[in-house]
Amino acid sequence: MGILKRFFSRKSTDLRFLQKGKWFAGRGYYSLAGLGIFILLWVAIGYLLFTRPGYEHFSGFLPLPTLNALYHLLLDPDFWRSVYASLRRVVAGIFIALLIGIPLGLLIGFYVKLRLITYTPIQFLRMISPLSWMPIAMLIFHSFEAAIYFLITMATVWPIILNTAHGVTLVNIQWLNMARNQGAKDYQLLSHIVLPASIPYILTSLRLALGVAWIVLVPAEFLGISSGLGYLINDARDTLEYDRLMAVVIAIGIVGFVLDGSIELIQRAFHWG
Amino acid sequence: MTITVENVEKRFPLPGKEGFTVLEDISFAVNDGDFVTVMGESGCGKSTLLNLISGLLPLTAGDIRVDGERVKGPDPSRALLFQQPSLLPWLNVEENIIFGCRIRGEKDDLKMRSRQLIDIMGLTGFEKVYPHELSLGMAQRVCLARALIGHPKILLLDEPFAALDTINRSHLQEELIEFWMVEKFSAVLVTHDVDEAILMGTKVVLLGGRPCRIIETYEVNLNYPRDITGRSFFLLRSAILKKLKDSFSATTHWRDPQ
Repeated sequence: MGILKRFFSRKSTDLRFLQKGKWFAGRGYYSLAGLGIFILLWVAIGYLLFTRPGYEHFSGFLPLPTLNALYHLLLDPDFWRSVYASLRRVVAGIFIALLIGIPLGLLIGFYVKLRLITYTPIQFLRMISPLSWMPIAMLIFHSFEAAIYFLITMATVWPIILNTAHGVTLVNIQWLNMARNQGAKDYQLLSHIVLPASIPYILTSLRLALGVAWIVLVPAEFLGISSGLGYLINDARDTLEYDRLMAVVIAIGIVGFVLDGSIELIQRAFHWG
Repeated sequence: MTITVENVEKRFPLPGKEGFTVLEDISFAVNDGDFVTVMGESGCGKSTLLNLISGLLPLTAGDIRVDGERVKGPDPSRALLFQQPSLLPWLNVEENIIFGCRIRGEKDDLKMRSRQLIDIMGLTGFEKVYPHELSLGMAQRVCLARALIGHPKILLLDEPFAALDTINRSHLQEELIEFWMVEKFSAVLVTHDVDEAILMGTKVVLLGGRPCRIIETYEVNLNYPRDITGRSFFLLRSAILKKLKDSFSATTHWRDPQ
C-alpha cells in the first residue's frame, strides 16, 4: 500500500526532515534547559523538605540517592521483568482497544445516525474513572492479568473511538467526490479514502490512549498483583527503601516519555498536508 | 457521446420553506465531440449543473441523458475535474494518476499509459513526488492526467484553471484543446471568464438570473488555436458581455429600486 511505502522510503520527505532536523537541534537546547531547571527544583525542594529535623529518613527522595538507586535498578533483572510486565499490559490493553475502537470510530464518523445514537452513551462511559471498574473486573475475570487488560481497554477505547470518528468527519469532501466520480464503491471509499485520511487522527488517539493507559496502569498494579512497576513502588514503600521508590517513579516517567516520543516520531512521518 | 439536458431544475432544501431553487428550465445539448463552455457569474449554479451531469447530485426535475440513457449516478466515463486540485496527499504523483484505474481494477498497459500522460503533461521527473511539494499548476496537471487516463467519453471541467496564474492557465488551456482534438471526447467546461469561454468552446452557453436560466447560446465558429486579439473574437466577447450586463440589470431589483 502506498502509505507503508511512503513511510519506509521517505524519499521525497527527506527535505522536510532535514529542515525539521535543524529546528529539532534548536529545540534540543531548550529541552536540556528545561530538564536542568527541573533537576534544580528537585534538589532545592528536596533539600528544603527532607533536611529538616524529623525527616532525615526520607533523604532517599533526594536526587543523588535516587540516581544511585536508579543505577542499581537498571542492573537488576527483576526491574526489567517488571518493565516488561507493565509494557505487556499496556500494549495488550491498547491493542484490544484499537481493535474495537478503530472500526467503531470509522463507522460512527461515516454514518451520521450512528454518531447521534452513540453520542450519549460514549460521553457517559468516557467520564467514568477506569479504576472504578476494578472491583467489577475482579469479579468477572479470574486472573488479575485479565482484569488489568480490561481496565486499560476501558480507559483507552473512548479516546480512540472519538478521535477516529472526528478524523472521519474532517475528510475532505472533494476526495470523496473525486473517488465516487472515479467509480469507487462505498467500501472502497472507506478503505481508500476515509481510512488513510484518518490515520493522523488515529495516531493522535493512540498517543492520548497511551498517556491514559500509562497513568491508569500504576494504580491498577497497586491492587493485589505481584509484578509490574506499580508493584515495585508498593514493594519499595513496604521495605522503606525510599531511594528505590523514587528511582521507580523516575523510571516510570522515563518509559512513558520514550513511548510517547516514539509515537510522536511516527506521527510526524504520517502527517500529510 | 452526446449529452442532452432537458428542463432541468435543481432545488436545495431549506428549513421551513419549499427550498432554494438554483437552476430552472435548463435545456441544451452537447453533441459528440463538442466542447461546450458554460459561462455565468460566480455562485449562479454552474458547478451544480456540472455535478448534476456527473451524477454526484440528484435532479429535482427534468432529465439528463447521455447517449439516450438517463444519468443515475457517478460514472468513470464522465470524468470530472475540480476547481481545486483534489489530490490524495498520501499518494505520489504516479499513484494519484492511476488511482481510478486501481479502484476499477483496470490493469492493461497501466504503466505505459501513465508514462505517456506524465510525459504529455510535463510531469517527467516528478513521478515519485508527493502533492504538497507541487505547485498549484502542476497539481492541476496531475488531476487532468488522472481524469484522462481512463479515456473518458466525456470530460466535465469545473473552473479547473480559475486558481492558476495567467501563464500556467493559458498553457493548460492550449494543452487541453490539443488533447481534446486528438482524443475527440465531449467536454463541458464551466467558467466565469469570458475569454476562456470563447477561447475553448465550440459553443458557449450563457447562464444568469436567480434562479439561474439560460440567457443565450452562441456557436463559436473559429479555428483552434484561437486568436484572442482577433476581430471576430472581440465582437463575440462584446456581444456576450452586453447580454450579461442586460440580464444582470433586469434581474437585480435590490440594486435599482426604480
